[in-house]
Amino acid sequence: MESSAAQRSTEHNPQPGVAMEARDLRLFYGEKQALNGINLQLLDKKVTAFIGPSGCGKSTLLRCFNRMNDLVDNCRIEGEILLEGTDIYAPGVDVSELRRRVGMVFQKPNPFPKSIYENVAYGLRLQGINKRRVLDETVEWALKGAALWDEVKDRLNDSAFGLSGGQQQRLVIARAIAVKPQVLLLDEPASALDPISTLKIEELIAELKEEFTIAIVTHNMQQAARVSDYTAFMYMGDLVEYGETSLIFTNPVQKKTEDYITGRYG
Amino acid sequence: MDRNDLSQHISTQYNEELEDIRSKVMAMGGLVEEQLESAVQALVEMDADTAQRVVESDYKVNAMEVELDEECTMILARRQPAAGDLRLIIAVIKTITDLERIGDEAERVARMAESMAGRAFDKGIMAEMEHMGELVQDMLHRVLDAFARLDVQEAIAVVKKDEKVDIKYDSMLRQTITYMAEDPRMIPLALNMLWAARSLERIGDRCQNIAEYILYLVKGKDVRHTHLDQVLKEMEEERGSR
Repeated sequence: MESSAAQRSTEHNPQPGVAMEARDLRLFYGEKQALNGINLQLLDKKVTAFIGPSGCGKSTLLRCFNRMNDLVDNCRIEGEILLEGTDIYAPGVDVSELRRRVGMVFQKPNPFPKSIYENVAYGLRLQGINKRRVLDETVEWALKGAALWDEVKDRLNDSAFGLSGGQQQRLVIARAIAVKPQVLLLDEPASALDPISTLKIEELIAELKEEFTIAIVTHNMQQAARVSDYTAFMYMGDLVEYGETSLIFTNPVQKKTEDYITGRYG
Repeated sequence: MDRNDLSQHISTQYNEELEDIRSKVMAMGGLVEEQLESAVQALVEMDADTAQRVVESDYKVNAMEVELDEECTMILARRQPAAGDLRLIIAVIKTITDLERIGDEAERVARMAESMAGRAFDKGIMAEMEHMGELVQDMLHRVLDAFARLDVQEAIAVVKKDEKVDIKYDSMLRQTITYMAEDPRMIPLALNMLWAARSLERIGDRCQNIAEYILYLVKGKDVRHTHLDQVLKEMEEERGSR
């Protein structure tokens, strides 16, 4: 299955660089296996969308890319995930440094109970950066990058909780990009937002991929079709099909993929 | 994509919408078939009444195209179809355009028949004309059949058959030119006959277009402007690799 997906991507354009790669990744919650040997590459400065029914393992897989599953009891991982050729699950890996390089944004915006400014500056302060000038510049850059600057520049010291849901989500994205990660993981970033805020987030994704590699989990298939370059369809812990989004949504190879994206019984 | 796929959506209403569109395409196809049959008959028999009926009925074909176009637009807007469903809608939108144009060509043939009604013409050429009419009627019938059954082999057969129509047209053209040279008084009539032949030849081309949409619908491959041998070769390779 994976080989045909790989063939597709090489057929149409030269393979871009690989940002991250899962190799035979297997994940167990206790006795239950949630990921059955996933092999997949996140291509550099491309958007990869993960789609599939609830419980198929797409969020679980996304969390593996920055070791969020470490926090889950009873969770065991086999296989490896490479970031620039190094296994992120190898002993001795600095997990907070990993999470700086591989940032994550969740379904519900989760700003800290701080000002807008301090939310974005938080990651930098953690790194020991306290120079006002550097902080100011980076906060402005990140808020501009998250398409929020114009809306908040006059009230940077107000509480982040005063922002709307859509603004909060963009603030969280600004916080994630402020530390200049290589990869940005988005777990249903727009599912709690209204259509206009959703479009703003999608617009933002298109801009962010100039600088970052993006992986997004979404239940909204049209969203996956709109924002992503590559799409991975997962089902019951398997990577069923992975290929260029334009092909997956017009002429998928696997029947399961076709049934899912066209809304048929699986 | 196979035929039963249309009925397996979680949304039964969506199933019904797609099924409705498909059956309306078949109904439109049936109507166009009747128009073509009558037009060819009017031409061969130089029968003004039949010709008149064809001209008067063309509006029905046009109305069906408009209606189907609207329904397809509605499905695109409301359902955002993907994969096989998307290809079906695209194939239908293109197919009905060609069907409507086939209707127009049939009307043109009928108008030529009407203008020549009651006249006599060279029997040999008339026989050729009748044969050409049969060829394109068969093409239309088979391509509609292929659409109904999503039958790739039949669609390919239609594409192949268009070559025969083209050859027939060339031979008619030569015979009619000779005929005109022999008897210049027959030139106006012969020109009408040529226009009618030209229309039939165009109908063959449009049947070929529809056959290509069927290949796209079933296989997801756009084979327009590709040589048939190349298409067949790719399909063989694909079958081998899966």
